[in-house]
Amino acid sequence: MSIGQTFLGLLEASPRHGYELKRVYDERFGQGRPLHYGQVYSTLARLLKSGLVSVDGVEPGAGPERKRYAITEAGVTDVRRWLAQPEKPDAYLQNTLYAKVVLGLLTGRDAADILDVQRAEHLRLMRTLTRRKADGDLADQLICDFALFHLEADLRWLELTAARLDQLATTLASTTPAPQAGPAAAQAGPAAPQGGPPAAQAGTAARRGGSTGREVSA
Amino acid sequence: MSTEEQPLLAAVALHKAYGATPALDGASLAIRAGEVVAVMGPSGSGKSTLLHCLAGIVRPDAGAVRYRDRELSAMPDAERSALRRGEFGFVFQFGQLVPELTCLENVALPLRLAGVRRREAERRAAEWLARLEVTDVAGQRPGGVSGGQGQRVAVARALVTAPRVIFADEPTGALDSLNGEQVMRLLTGAAREAGAAVVLVTHEPRVAAYADREIVVRDGRTRETVLADR
Ligand SMILES: Nc1ncnc2c1ncn2[C@@H]1O[C@H](COP(=O)(O)OP(=O)(O)OP(=O)(O)O)[C@@H](O)[C@H]1O
Ligand SMILES: [Mg+2]
Repeated sequence: MSIGQTFLGLLEASPRHGYELKRVYDERFGQGRPLHYGQVYSTLARLLKSGLVSVDGVEPGAGPERKRYAITEAGVTDVRRWLAQPEKPDAYLQNTLYAKVVLGLLTGRDAADILDVQRAEHLRLMRTLTRRKADGDLADQLICDFALFHLEADLRWLELTAARLDQLATTLASTTPAPQAGPAAAQAGPAAPQGGPPAAQAGTAARRGGSTGREVSA
Repeated sequence: MSTEEQPLLAAVALHKAYGATPALDGASLAIRAGEVVAVMGPSGSGKSTLLHCLAGIVRPDAGAVRYRDRELSAMPDAERSALRRGEFGFVFQFGQLVPELTCLENVALPLRLAGVRRREAERRAAEWLARLEVTDVAGQRPGGVSGGQGQRVAVARALVTAPRVIFADEPTGALDSLNGEQVMRLLTGAAREAGAAVVLVTHEPRVAAYADREIVVRDGRTRETVLADR
C-alpha cells in the first residue's frame, strides 16, 4: 500500500503535522506495524519535492516535526486519479482497498464509486478467466477456478462494504482525530477542538454515494 | 455502449412500487441482439422486478420498455403474451417444469403450444436435450432428476422455440458450484450459438463472469460504471 498516497488523502481531508499523519496512519491503516519517523519524513520530503504538498505553517523551534503540511492542487489531482483508478486484482489487496474507501469518505468523495470501479475491474478479469477456462483443458480449468474463487471472495467483500458505507462513515466521523489548528492554537494548549470538518464531510459522503445500508444475501 | 447499433431490448427510466415499497426507481438498460448481460446487485435491489418488466410480465408504473421498435406497455395483452411465447425464453431458479410430464415432453411443450405436431416437437426437443447433455433423462419426470439436470432441461425448454431473448433469474441459485458451472457453460454456449440475447440475474460473481458485461442495480436504480482511462 502506498504511504505517499495515503498521506495525500489524509492531507486533503485537512492539513496536518508529520507526527499527526503518522498517528492517524498508524491508528487507521497501520495494522499493528507503526511507521518509522524516518519513513514519515522521507515520504513528506518526496511529496514536497514533487509539489504535491506544501508547508502550511512552521511552529517556532523549527526542526522537521514542527512543520504543518497541506495538500496542493497537484496533490488533489493525484488523489483523485488514484481513487478513480481500480487496483489490479491481486491477492492481499485489502489494505489498499480499505484505505481507498476510508480516504474517499474522509475527503468527501463518493466511496460507492470507488467500490463500483473496483468491482468492474475484478469482473473484467473474471470474464477473461472464464473464457480461458472454456478453451482450456482440466488443468487450465482448475487453475482458473482457483483465481476465480479468490476474486469472488474479494467481490463479496466489496459488496458487503458497499452495504456498510453509511455505518463506516459514521464510525469515521466519531473516531478520526481532528487536526491540530495552526501554530497559535497549538501553543495555546492541548484542548484543540474535536470533530472538525473531515468528520462532518464523511457523514455526507456516504449518503451521496447512495449506498443502501442493506446487507447482501448469502 | 455503441450508439450505432439499435438495441434489441431497452428499458428507459422504469419506476415500479409494490404498495409503499419502491422496487424500481429509474432503472434503465439496453441490450443488443445476441448479447449476454448480467444483472447484479444486493438482495431486494430490484433485479427480478427489472427482469419481469423487461419481459412484459410486470407493467412498470412509469417508464418504457421497448422490444425492437415496439413499446411493450402499449401492446394489447394478447399480443404481449404472443411476444413472450414466440420471442422470449425463461429460466428460473426452480419450479418451472410441469411435474406430470416427462423431461422430453416438458421441452416439447412450448412447441406444442405453438401448434407444432407432436412428432416434430419431440424430435426438436430431443435435439435440445442432447445439446444440453441430458439425453438420458428424456423419459423421466422432473421430480426424479437432480437439480442440475432439471435446470439443463429448463434451459432446453427455454431455447427450443429459438427465442431472441432468454431471461434467466438466478438459474444456478439452487445448484452447487460444479452444477452451476455446467448450467452456465451450456446456457451461454447454446444461447451464443443460437444468437439469442441473455438477461442473467445473479448475485454470484462467478456466474456473472459468463456474461459479456454487467449492470448493477442498487435501490432500484441501475448504475453504470465508467472505468478510469488508463
Ligand atoms: N410481488 C411483490 N409484492 C410486494 N413487494 C414486492 C414484490 N416483488 C418485489 N417486491 C419488493 O420489491 C423490492 C425489489 O424486489 P426484487 O424481487 O425485484 O429484488 P431482487 O433484487 O430480485 O432481490 P433478490 O436478490 O432477493 O431476489 C423488494 O423490496 C421486494 O420486497
Ligand atoms: Mg430476485
